[in-house]
Amino acid sequence: MPDKLVVFSYSTLVAMQHIVIIGNGVSGTTAARHIRKRSNHRITVVSSETTHFYSRTALMYIFMGHMQYENTKPYEDSFWKKNKIELVSDHVEKVDAPGSSLQLRSGSTIAYDILIIASGSTSNKFGWPGEDTKGVQGLYGYPDLQLMETNTKGIQHAVIVGGGLIGIEMAEMLYSRNISVTLLAREPEFWSNVLPLQDANLISRHIRSHNIDLRLETELTEIRADETGKVNAVVTNKGEIINCQFVGLTTGVSPNIAFLRDSGIETNRGILVNEYLQTNIPNVYALGDCVERTYDLPGRRNIEQVWYTGRMMGEVVAQTICGEKTKYEPGPWFNSAKFFDIEYQTYGNVGKDLAPDEEDFYWEDQSGLKAIHFVWNRNSNEFVGINAFGIRLRHACFDQWLREKKDIQFVVDHLDDANFNPEFFPRYETEVGTAIATKFGAV
Amino acid sequence: MKIIKATGLLLFVFGFIVFNISFFQASYTLTPELVKEKISEPAKTALFLQKAESILNQNIPSNFAFVAKVKAAFYSANDQQIKQYSITTAEVNLLVSLHREKFSIATVDSVFSSKDAISVFKNQALKTYGSWLDGQPFDTQEELKAQILGVAEKIQKYGIVNHVGFDRYQIKDLTYALTKSAAHSPVKRKPGLYLFLSFGLCILGALLYILPKLEDPSGIKNNGIFFNVMKNVGWLGMLTGTWLIVFYILLYFFPEYMTNWIIMTDPISHWLNGNEASRFFLYGLMYTLCILVMGIRMLIHYRHSRYQMLRTCSVMFFQTAFAFLLPEILIRLNKPYFDFKNIWPLDYSFFFDSRLDQLTESGALGIFMIGWGIALILLAVPIMVYFFGKRWYCSWVCGCGGLAETLGDPYRQLSDKSVKAWKVERWMIHGVLVFAVVMTTGVLYTYFTKSSWFLFFDSYQLREIYGAFIGAGFAGVVGTGFYPMMGNRVWCRFGCPLAAYLGIVQRFKSRFRITTNGGQCISCGNCSTYCEMGIDVRWYAQRGQNIVRSSCVGCGVCSAVCPRGVLNLEVKNETGRFGNPVLIGNNHVKLVD
Ligand SMILES: Cc1cc2nc3c(=O)[nH]c(=O)nc-3n(C[C@H](O)[C@H](O)[C@H](O)COP(=O)(O)OP(=O)(O)OC[C@H]3O[C@@H](n4cnc5c(N)ncnc54)[C@H](O)[C@@H]3O)c2cc1C
Ligand code: SF4
Repeated sequence: MPDKLVVFSYSTLVAMQHIVIIGNGVSGTTAARHIRKRSNHRITVVSSETTHFYSRTALMYIFMGHMQYENTKPYEDSFWKKNKIELVSDHVEKVDAPGSSLQLRSGSTIAYDILIIASGSTSNKFGWPGEDTKGVQGLYGYPDLQLMETNTKGIQHAVIVGGGLIGIEMAEMLYSRNISVTLLAREPEFWSNVLPLQDANLISRHIRSHNIDLRLETELTEIRADETGKVNAVVTNKGEIINCQFVGLTTGVSPNIAFLRDSGIETNRGILVNEYLQTNIPNVYALGDCVERTYDLPGRRNIEQVWYTGRMMGEVVAQTICGEKTKYEPGPWFNSAKFFDIEYQTYGNVGKDLAPDEEDFYWEDQSGLKAIHFVWNRNSNEFVGINAFGIRLRHACFDQWLREKKDIQFVVDHLDDANFNPEFFPRYETEVGTAIATKFGAV
Repeated sequence: MKIIKATGLLLFVFGFIVFNISFFQASYTLTPELVKEKISEPAKTALFLQKAESILNQNIPSNFAFVAKVKAAFYSANDQQIKQYSITTAEVNLLVSLHREKFSIATVDSVFSSKDAISVFKNQALKTYGSWLDGQPFDTQEELKAQILGVAEKIQKYGIVNHVGFDRYQIKDLTYALTKSAAHSPVKRKPGLYLFLSFGLCILGALLYILPKLEDPSGIKNNGIFFNVMKNVGWLGMLTGTWLIVFYILLYFFPEYMTNWIIMTDPISHWLNGNEASRFFLYGLMYTLCILVMGIRMLIHYRHSRYQMLRTCSVMFFQTAFAFLLPEILIRLNKPYFDFKNIWPLDYSFFFDSRLDQLTESGALGIFMIGWGIALILLAVPIMVYFFGKRWYCSWVCGCGGLAETLGDPYRQLSDKSVKAWKVERWMIHGVLVFAVVMTTGVLYTYFTKSSWFLFFDSYQLREIYGAFIGAGFAGVVGTGFYPMMGNRVWCRFGCPLAAYLGIVQRFKSRFRITTNGGQCISCGNCSTYCEMGIDVRWYAQRGQNIVRSSCVGCGVCSAVCPRGVLNLEVKNETGRFGNPVLIGNNHVKLVD
């Protein structure tokens, strides 16, 4: 834990500039750290949610009592001063791009030479009747968590709307406090807008095994309140009325860009950026959740609201700003999540539906808690992607195999090398290998 | 299930209350027969009986009062002896007057010539303590007087209590022995019943409380830990810590007060080794039961992880078989007590003369034990650490580790993760290692040369200081008593000299590391939070670096709690072990370092 980054190389040292970053999430923080490693620029991070960077992905664990807020801070509070990264706890009301300055809620302004916007997302709402009732909320930031603490005091039943990653996290949070949950999802299986049906079905079963009332192909139509203005029921598109004292709205997030209106910075659904993560204004960059790429990358969406994207963009933009202009070119896609007790990892592209030239193989362990899903190209046999449930796979292996365009046979034969489960865990490779060979012969 | 759990809790609390009440429950009657039995020297027996007359055959209803009176009797006996046996100023003057220019020890005979006990003692004592004066020249009578007075003072301080009174070790041992045998209490009448009502109900209750966890789905269930009054330094945690601290202080420094508890375990001790229980038998029994019961909790808690289950079975086995049963069986067979898995310098008394003598006198087995102990230090540590990391010992075999991983598991999140704590840790643990090495070198020097003075210290005094401050104070009182305040590895992290030694090997010459899985870390902090050694695991994971730290005991919990499958304990080729930080994800990004 060397607590200092200090290593800036004077070779790349250009004239000292003031770099201002909006947002102290993973994107903004990664950019700040890497700029500091490479340069002596003055760095200021303005953010209004919390004074210090914390891990948004750990919000659920605070509610569940696994950790306290302090534990979710990836760096000690002294880190920022040691590394000369100035933190300003304030909200940016307006960006004055022509004047290169920021208008803060406190009334002060900050002038910048280079601006990096990493303002993250906000929870979606779709104008449902009653969506602003007391006891109805989304979950994106620390204030939401505190609100949830208040909203769930002493309640018996909760309804969560939206079968995505935040929805299931919220279900697990409430489950940990013995609050019964109904989870509404539009899709035929949980998260089957992203996962293939078999995979999604595995998760659906697992959710139900925790006594979560999972209602699929069900949508919210209305939220009802009692006479005190507190939520007391929801109505679904199937006409069901579900009594509840809490409603979690977890139907996705959108780039947080409202404060950029009239700033001259071009936006669509997100802030529009080129390959260098530069906006239409040359000294303004944008990163992470709030970004919409104007160019396509194969196998990737133009708005990617995941942790890793923000982190990688932060690394790239730091390099560019410190004099080494670099395109944002992420390697093969990867992601991970955890659904109650089932860990999920994915490498490459396993779509919810197969492309016409794709073939797949799904293997599930007897326990119903472990599964692997392979996808490859039917014609070339090139390995395309893998989903793993309840099994840990080695990122480095799959990253390399995907880059080297290995064929599926190679991947199946080398599954051993990619095993990242702890020692003594039961091995599954032989069973998987045999099953796939039985179905396809030698694939 | 809820009912079973509640019943369990109730039984446990009841058992615990019985245990605590029994502490106060005895009354004590000291009889002359008992005194004669415990104090073997007739002269001293008589002396003590005379001083303890007021309490003989009296019923004293509390251990505090009884212990105080027994101690008072010892002190008053000593006072009397000091008065009688001290060399008087008149005698010193007489001695001085017999000399001109040079002192001769032989003149002592002329001053103390009578054959009565006191005179004989004074004669002997002066010759022993004043031998260095023999033949010494002096300038003035005053000078000689001062020197002889100094000798007389030494005799008063040490000689008299050692030979005709009771020195502090004797007082300690005798007070304990007398208290234990003078007790008459319900516990003494029915030790088996009390054993059941306290130990038995606690175990039963704990198991009933733990077993319903099997109903929950398996997986990481750390729910509510930080809201828990036991696990997050709440009132219950503080209370538990205080109880443990008091228990350890009694155990190490005032065992005479806890005789009722020891009496309770007499039947088991008799059954196992044929003797009555000692305080360390009670301790060993409690220790083993804690590891077994809380080990079962651990097995249930981690039933989804074979690594955790095997590791827990291993510490349960080594504690029960190697630390508890085998030594008792050895005693039963009239062989020396020996714990085959304890390694110097954790086992700091391994090279003490008393133990070496005992082993060398025990024939082939004793010699084998010495060889075994040395082989563990010189061969097992480096070789095993090279192949498996220090975990082979710290979280699979060691008794301290065993307790930390079972009884202490609920407190692992309380370890301090700050950089500052890490700094303190490195100074402290290596400091203790140096202390242990210096102390042991002194002890061995004394063993071979018979001279207690080594370099700048007295090896007897140093080993005593080590025993009290490190062996008892740090490892016991602080090490376990602070579980609920500072986490379960306070001793292992800040104090254990063996951990320091294992750690040095692990840091510089081992195949073991914790591998970080590419770019998958989301910086959530579960790994750091649940690291009992206070390693900020996340610091490494989030920059894509392997974790190679001397303190890592390889418990594997960081890997278990990681929700993204980022961490894995691995043994592999040494090359690339430290690794550069690599976060997989971007093309064209060079991470500067
Ligand atoms: C509950 C939850 C769980 C998640 N789990 C995962 C996961 O497991 N894996 C994964 O890959 N992703 C996960 N995500 C998504 C991931 O957290 C985000 O993609 C990532 O945090 C985005 O980082 P960012 O730095 O771009 O934005 P943010 O983390 O949102 O940071 C932006 C910061 O800027 C501040 N800000 C915004 N506007 C202003 C302004 N005008 N003035 C001042 N400050 C401003 C915001 O308050 C915020 O603190 C999760 C998200 C949530 C909500
Ligand atoms: S627990 Fe896993 S994901 Fe969380 S910080 Fe540690 S390594 Fe990263």
